[in-house]
Amino acid sequence: MVSMEDFGSFETAWCPGCGNHSILKCVKEALVQMELEPHQCIFVSGIGQAAKSPHYLRTNVYNGLHGRALPAATGIKLANPQAVVIAQSGDGCNYGEGGNHFLAALRRNINVTLLAHDNQIYGLTKGQASPTTARGQKTKAQPAGNPSEAFNPVGVAVAMQAGMVARGFAGMQDHLTEMIVKAVQHPGFSLVDILQPCVSFNKVNTFAWYKERCYIPEDHDPQNWEQAMALSRQWDEGIPLGVIYQSHKPTFEESLPHPTGEPLFNNRPSIQKLNEVMSSFA
Amino acid sequence: MRRELNILIGGEAGQGLVTVGELLTRALIRSGYQVHVTQSYMSRIRGGHNTYAVRAGIENVHGPAQGIDILVALNSETLELHREELTPGAVALKDKNAQASDLEAVDIPFADLAGSALYENVVGLGVLSYILGLDREMPAGCIRSAFEQKKPEAVDKNLEVLDKAYAFASKSGVAGFNLDEPKGSAGLMLAGNQALALGALCAGANFCSYYPMTPSTGIPMTLNSYARDFGMVVEQAEDEIAAINMALGASYAGARSMVATSGGGFALMCEGVSLSGMTETPVVIVVGQRPGPATGLPTRTEQGDLNLVLYSGHGEFPRAVLAPADPGQCFVLARRAFDLAEKSQGPVFILTDQYLADSYRNVHLPDPEILEPVASPEVCGEVQEEYERYAFTPSGVSPRIIPAMSRCLVVLDSDEHTPDGHITEDLQVRKKMVDKRLKKGDILKQEVILPAYTGPQNPKDLLVCWGSTRGPALEAREIMGSENTAVLHFSQVWPLDAEHFRDYLQRAQRVVFVESNATAQFAQLVSSMVQPANMAYVLRYDGLPLDGQYIADNIL
Repeated sequence: MVSMEDFGSFETAWCPGCGNHSILKCVKEALVQMELEPHQCIFVSGIGQAAKSPHYLRTNVYNGLHGRALPAATGIKLANPQAVVIAQSGDGCNYGEGGNHFLAALRRNINVTLLAHDNQIYGLTKGQASPTTARGQKTKAQPAGNPSEAFNPVGVAVAMQAGMVARGFAGMQDHLTEMIVKAVQHPGFSLVDILQPCVSFNKVNTFAWYKERCYIPEDHDPQNWEQAMALSRQWDEGIPLGVIYQSHKPTFEESLPHPTGEPLFNNRPSIQKLNEVMSSFA
Repeated sequence: MRRELNILIGGEAGQGLVTVGELLTRALIRSGYQVHVTQSYMSRIRGGHNTYAVRAGIENVHGPAQGIDILVALNSETLELHREELTPGAVALKDKNAQASDLEAVDIPFADLAGSALYENVVGLGVLSYILGLDREMPAGCIRSAFEQKKPEAVDKNLEVLDKAYAFASKSGVAGFNLDEPKGSAGLMLAGNQALALGALCAGANFCSYYPMTPSTGIPMTLNSYARDFGMVVEQAEDEIAAINMALGASYAGARSMVATSGGGFALMCEGVSLSGMTETPVVIVVGQRPGPATGLPTRTEQGDLNLVLYSGHGEFPRAVLAPADPGQCFVLARRAFDLAEKSQGPVFILTDQYLADSYRNVHLPDPEILEPVASPEVCGEVQEEYERYAFTPSGVSPRIIPAMSRCLVVLDSDEHTPDGHITEDLQVRKKMVDKRLKKGDILKQEVILPAYTGPQNPKDLLVCWGSTRGPALEAREIMGSENTAVLHFSQVWPLDAEHFRDYLQRAQRVVFVESNATAQFAQLVSSMVQPANMAYVLRYDGLPLDGQYIADNIL
């Protein structure tokens, strides 16, 4: 049996009251629920406070470059389709620096789960607007108000008919745990955009602000794309949580011309095949 | 009878000159001749002026040659552009409809003989093969191998056109250029990119991510055609940044991984190079150079990215940079690159260029069976509670275990890290980790390929070159006089140990650095270690490859 203790306990570098603490707890809880052992999982992250999360888990960790968690996770999954690969990073990492990789991951539908800690601000660099900061919101770097429209990751992912698109909230832990379990179990790319208050730098999107707005829609059918599109555009009047959209289509790795399902590590070329290839150049 | 010939086929992109050139080259190689192909093309899909030059001889032909013995003009522009290069006694062949001002040229009724534009290539092949005195079975065999698998119904029609071309040529009165009996045995026909891909396959490479960029795209394209048979993943990434990060992720997870790009794409990868250095993750990076800066001359050649590759990535970490001279070395050094990357757990570069990437030669490759196995990481079957990815060891190399293949946990971090892979700001640990990483440079130094010296012990001129310029430098030596000229060629340009070349540089009266760039990048590197008394340069940066005569004529 896998237990919470198997995933270790670490001293973190996060502020007291930060949403990351509860997300970490939910991640551990989800892994335990799925009976995944630490060595079966590979957590991949970029740079930022959220990106430190894998360091606070006893598991395999690939903590790479800012914005590059998804390409690294893609390479890892392609090299070992048997591993459970979870990318975990913030809104700056995934939607800003790594925006192109986010779009490509949606297109590829590789069986990787993305847990995006979305606090709508840059925390590690102390309070600049992030891609998901609301237009007009005042920050240290945008004192006259953020001049750009907020990126809507859920809307974009639904528009792309991504594998699974969900939204969770750090303040609703049981629900978030359930979303993480569903995402990891979904065969294909899955996004859980996790609303996460930044207690130090985002004075607008606080726990209270989210609590007032977050709700779980009743009778939503995640297979209904039109409904999902409509939900993905709701925000100020109420923020829908849960699985917004889900589709079942072949995964990227299954769609390769030669899906082996085996780790590439075990794959060594045969001398006979090499000779055949070489002689074809005669 | 002739010892060697230089044939130039010119025309617009889309006219099929590459097909003629490749079929002819294969026929010559199968006949036992030594060949050297130089391709020059413009950055467009149709039109423009492109050339395919085949130099064939009974002995080694090292590089491109000046002077054209047989000119095949698929359009009139080719005749005008190259008429000055014709050697005495040269023959020009042209389409009977092409205008040729006062130049005497043999008219070939391409359209009549071919019957369809599809087969005009074969007319060219037939006439050329006849002129060169090749037995009809040679080009016929090449046509069969080219079409039998892909398009069997086209074989007979092609052979019929070939026969018409032979019949036409025999009646046309065109002079024969029969080559002497070949001395060599037929090798494989490989261009640099193909040979590099085969070397990678032989090394057990099973992951290649890339974003298409001339002149390196041929490497993933070649790998792609064998991906199914070899269980290899070849992925076209969304950009070069993704490509290298994917390759590193795959390498961490146990794949033998590579990327292929050119200078502009590589500039985007530099962050990933640094990540490879910090996380001690093996990766092979092929940089096929072309003239920059920025988009430069996309389809031409240069050796302008040496400094970019030497100093790419922020921070300090060891690396090796290999620079193959020819397709044969592309194969051998590709294998070596994977071995070095694993042994030193970091980035290893292969620097090629457009000239080498596209240049076909007859190549004899080693038997894969006798090749030394390439170094491999470990898989630990037992739980190692104490496993540390970055354990301190005397060599600086830590045992590398592959994650998710055993119960061992593997923690990798781009931040400075403790031996177990976790973020640290302990500055004592930082210093020890820097020392550990740099220590791995010793492994690369021990395995460095020595520069190759050809010529007398105390030459008047020593030509120093690297990468693809070896052939032209060797030819220049013949032209300048082999009794007083020597060549020192580097197939590995980093790391360097002055003990390996100090004597050579000091024994020569004059040291001539031969490079395809404007600022003598390699000369600066070498002369920072050993300052020769008397230095000269041949630097070509107009986008075209060096050749022996050019070097001999342009020593500054």
